[in-house]
Amino acid sequence: MSLESRSARQWLISLPSLAWLAVFFVIPAILVIITAFRPADLQGGVGPGWTLATLREVQDPAYLPILWRTLWLSGATTVVCLALALPVAFQMARAGQRMRQVLLLLVVIPFLSNFLIRIFAWKSLLHPEGPLTKLLIGLHLIPENAVLLNHVGTVLLVLVYTQLPFAILPLYAAAEKFDFGLLDAARDLEAGPWRAFSTVFVPGVRRGIISAAVMVFVCCLGQYVIPQMVGGTSDEMLGSKIAQRVFSDRNLPHASALAGGLMLAVLVPMVVIVLWQQFGRKEAE
Amino acid sequence: MEDFLVIDHVSKTFGAQRAVDDVALTVAQGESFSLLGPSGCGKTTLLRMIAGFEQPDRGRILVGGRDITSLPPEQRPVNTVFQNYALFPHLSVWENIAFGLRMSRRSREEIRSGVERMLELVRLSEHARKRPAQLSGGQRQRVAIARALVNRPQVLLLDEPLAALDLKLRQHMLMELNTIHEQVGTTFIYVTHDQGEAMSLSDRIAVMNAGKVEQVDSPENLYETPRSSFVASFIGDANFFSGVVVEVQHEGYVRVLVDGLGSPLVLSNGAVSANQTLRLMVRPEKISLTLTRPSSGERVNAFRGVVEDMAYFGAHTRYRIRAGEHSILAQLQRSRFSGGEIDPARGAEVWMSFHPDEGRVVRLEAAA
Repeated sequence: MSLESRSARQWLISLPSLAWLAVFFVIPAILVIITAFRPADLQGGVGPGWTLATLREVQDPAYLPILWRTLWLSGATTVVCLALALPVAFQMARAGQRMRQVLLLLVVIPFLSNFLIRIFAWKSLLHPEGPLTKLLIGLHLIPENAVLLNHVGTVLLVLVYTQLPFAILPLYAAAEKFDFGLLDAARDLEAGPWRAFSTVFVPGVRRGIISAAVMVFVCCLGQYVIPQMVGGTSDEMLGSKIAQRVFSDRNLPHASALAGGLMLAVLVPMVVIVLWQQFGRKEAE
Repeated sequence: MEDFLVIDHVSKTFGAQRAVDDVALTVAQGESFSLLGPSGCGKTTLLRMIAGFEQPDRGRILVGGRDITSLPPEQRPVNTVFQNYALFPHLSVWENIAFGLRMSRRSREEIRSGVERMLELVRLSEHARKRPAQLSGGQRQRVAIARALVNRPQVLLLDEPLAALDLKLRQHMLMELNTIHEQVGTTFIYVTHDQGEAMSLSDRIAVMNAGKVEQVDSPENLYETPRSSFVASFIGDANFFSGVVVEVQHEGYVRVLVDGLGSPLVLSNGAVSANQTLRLMVRPEKISLTLTRPSSGERVNAFRGVVEDMAYFGAHTRYRIRAGEHSILAQLQRSRFSGGEIDPARGAEVWMSFHPDEGRVVRLEAAA
């Protein structure tokens, strides 16, 4: 088979998934951006003609603290997830074949129950009358009147909880290919265990780190259920605002402008990272 | 000889397997020493215990009089050239060599001069900025050596340093390793399963088998006077004959009755008594082939046999000769034709002979 016909065949095989992506992702995304330039009508639909008024509306300075909170919560979630997932991926990759499969199963087990149910479980767990709050008060670890729920820290905690598997899986995939003999070499060359980990293992799985970081950060940006369920009234994220514009205000263009802006804010850096990675790979060869 | 590296009765068990069984060795400062043996003989485990990657169950390891048994690898005055080199793929050649200096927190100037010195030693200065993936096998090997030597270790461990290279490059690196050893003067410990490599690299060799040291000696002594049939057969080729001592002569010669071969006279190679059962060993190249019985006196052992098989190797020819129960390997150097030797064909009847000094008594092993 010639090279050309082979690549043609590969294209043909990936056609269904490409079509799926085009129909259910690319086209809707473009529609969202187009909607941002249409006027809103009073029935919650989209009026005729074109307008730039929505773009001016979303520049409302009231969005700035929400945008900032969204960014730092997503950033903090990413950092915490990576910090937790790196040692887990390290241990999983070093474990024996059987142990590995058990650990992998444990990582994906949370997905077996519904996302909303798991968030709701946190809500009852952290409730003032809930078991965790009572236990911590009983142990005098927190004051009597402490409220664990409806706090920005709670949002961060639950975000980390939901995103952790998405950090562990790509890191594990990278760690599995890592040559652990390199750690022996590092130890041999006067590096202590921690320095061997940070100077040899971490750079060795950097592609996994990039994938995990992008995965976690992007998923966090769009979250609205978590801040709404476990956060307080002042812990809204941009996703909460988009949901509010769609469901309460019934202003589709406004929601579209926010969503489109967020989408571009994610997409542009990602394209940059992908290009940079591609460049880095070429350089390494 | 000063005992610099001391392996003091070290044992290590993995599960039910005794990987290293009560090994005691001493290596002098600046010596080039090899641990030689088949795979699974415990040589790699011993190396990993010297480097600090495995803890011995029993025994101690000392370097320069200091007990390092309980030190982690990073605190030992020992560095390793790993079998697959284990170069850091994300770092350049320069950074790979600098790694050990950085980890021991040397000054910027010390790091720079140390790396430059090593790059010069292994002649890789012009490749300093390349990544390991951009280098040839021999170059990677040299980076691994430079990286391991940069911290001026007291002992350098080399785990099968030539195994990953092709034949021509291996021969070249053999010379190069000897040159580097001469230049730095560090104690080199090689681990290898290749007897040729061990012989040409080391001052002394410890031959290991099943976790134990069989013999520690110079390459020449290992070849000429192996103490066990394992050593004799692992280093070079050997013909073995079992027999009973019939006569103990003066000057260390014994006459041994071997079924079907008469009673050859050989060097006793240690204390033997009459009627003792033992093994004789003769190297193939020590055997001469002639058409008639050699007449140079009674101090020659001669037997008749029929050429069963032969193989031409260019520099020499090997013959498999049948003599009763025995199948004997003989090797002739082509240049020795002038010495009255012959070029027998398959099926030809020939006389094999060897001088008593070329025959050896080796230890009788229960298993062998």
